[in-house]
Amino acid sequence: MTPTIVQRPRDAAGTWMTAGSAAERIKNVASMTRRNLVHISREPMQLSDVTVQPVLFTVLFIYLFGGAIPIPGGSYKAFILAGLLALNLTTSTMGTAVGLATDLHEGIIDRLRVLPMWRPAVLVGRSMADLLTSCLCALVVAATGLAAGWRTSAGPLPIVAGFALVLFFAYSLSWVAACVGLNSKSPESAASFGFIVLFPLAFVSNAMVPTQHMPGWLQAIADWNPVSAVTAGARQLWHNPNPSGAISAWPMQHPVEASLAWSVLILAAAAPLASWFFRRRTLS
Amino acid sequence: MADTMIEADSLVKSYGETRALAGVSFSVPAGTVLGLLGPNGAGKTTAVRILTTLTLPEAGSARVAGIDVLASPGAVRRQIGVAAQDATLDGLLTGRQNLVLVGELSGMRSGLARSRAAELLELFELADAADRVVKGYSGGMRRRLDLAASMLTRPPVLFLDEPTTGLDPVSRQRVWEVIRDLIGSGVTVLLTTQYLDEADALADRIVVVDHGQVIAEGTPRELKERSRSAHVEVTLAEPGAQAAEAIAPLVGGHLSVSADGLRLGAAVDSAPGLATALVRALDQAGILVDNIEVRQPSLDDVFFALTGAHIPGDDNGSAAEQPSAAERESEGARA
Repeated sequence: MTPTIVQRPRDAAGTWMTAGSAAERIKNVASMTRRNLVHISREPMQLSDVTVQPVLFTVLFIYLFGGAIPIPGGSYKAFILAGLLALNLTTSTMGTAVGLATDLHEGIIDRLRVLPMWRPAVLVGRSMADLLTSCLCALVVAATGLAAGWRTSAGPLPIVAGFALVLFFAYSLSWVAACVGLNSKSPESAASFGFIVLFPLAFVSNAMVPTQHMPGWLQAIADWNPVSAVTAGARQLWHNPNPSGAISAWPMQHPVEASLAWSVLILAAAAPLASWFFRRRTLS
Repeated sequence: MADTMIEADSLVKSYGETRALAGVSFSVPAGTVLGLLGPNGAGKTTAVRILTTLTLPEAGSARVAGIDVLASPGAVRRQIGVAAQDATLDGLLTGRQNLVLVGELSGMRSGLARSRAAELLELFELADAADRVVKGYSGGMRRRLDLAASMLTRPPVLFLDEPTTGLDPVSRQRVWEVIRDLIGSGVTVLLTTQYLDEADALADRIVVVDHGQVIAEGTPRELKERSRSAHVEVTLAEPGAQAAEAIAPLVGGHLSVSADGLRLGAAVDSAPGLATALVRALDQAGILVDNIEVRQPSLDDVFFALTGAHIPGDDNGSAAEQPSAAERESEGARA
């Protein structure tokens, strides 16, 4: 064996939040992100919720429900795209929960735990990989929408801002999913989270239908649902029909500000919580 | 570098009702190999998990490379390599990707991690399978890859938890060679094993644990001497009742005779010239002897003497002893 000197970072403490320099942390995150992307490439079916599902939903909603739901001030095609984006990105965060729950059940987690790495990189790397698949999802939704006749009169900057608004929300939500994954007994129970929490969250909103026709109590919930703010924000930025603009609830009057506030709030609460759950889960 | 690289002091750990460790202490001087020997459930893995920062003890303290494991687990992780009992690998990555990931996450530059991974894949004879997904590896291949991962950063302290369990004899031999090479390079090793021959062959010192407690400690030679008993087996050319009478005074009367009357066995205190004395006594009685064997105590005999139980899966002491002696000879011939 040829002797090789391994450069060991010199910091001595090396505890939970202090291990390594910023550059080293970024490298750890990059390594973990790449690892998760390799996972996806090995099991491409994992990507079905950000590729097949968006195409399916777009076609279903536009051609199946499109004719039946009248939209004041425009077509259902123009109305639904922001909603489809929010729906697909919200439900795809289930992948974060399942992925983390799976990692915790495999031997790899014990390997990672004995390495002198920045441990939150396990979580951040997961969220980064999921953000990248979310971007792919956004592209698929936009392409399918364009093919089906969705158009926008907004400039390039507001168009990008609309996508960024929804992606940022999905990113913050993936940290909530991380909390769920870290508390799941198995990957399967993490998956059920999607159906129990994410689908109602996505559907009880203005994403698919205007909230005006809902019963009063349900409309109140829908108007304060962060998914509604995000969807209305994107519609506003894209100059697409936005019936929620007529609703007096504050988030519907200021959808962009409201959705940013929701995303920041969720991220600020869920990210530290996920780190805490991770530490608790991995220290027995 | 600290003189003592691994130090466990009165470690206590329970899992529910089960007391995995009931005050275990041992230490490993720099550059030596300690064999932690004991049956399944003795507490070996728990001790390793505490020393490698994976589990917190309820009481006691531990130091690795002079660093307090409980106070500075992050700093300890920079000094250790770990091969766990259940291979800890990413099934969806290739063998090479697994090693590079471990290297990068340990702070190695990517290029260095890559070249070191290639080197270890070669060393553990995994080069052909390097770019295949680990999910398709055999059990033996996984264990070898896990060992490679533990050595990737050339850590000064290595924890090998039952490194050869489940390996075929050839792979086992290969792992032994690699561990011997490491010892030569000054690495401190804590090796847990159920195999007496493995502890005998690799460890400078042995700590025997059972039911969460240290029940014996010493060099392999010291432990064998402690049990003192040797085993004598005489095979006669033809059955004869007088044979037992002739050797009874020499073996203390604890004789067993096989059904055909041809083989006599006895546990004896090992004494110089015992074989000569036996042959002389039998010759004087006019008995023809085909074979006579005086076997020194194996570690299994020692373990039996200490606990009253044989090591699981290793219940025939001579079976464990024979191949190990042969292996050591071939080893010596190669060196």
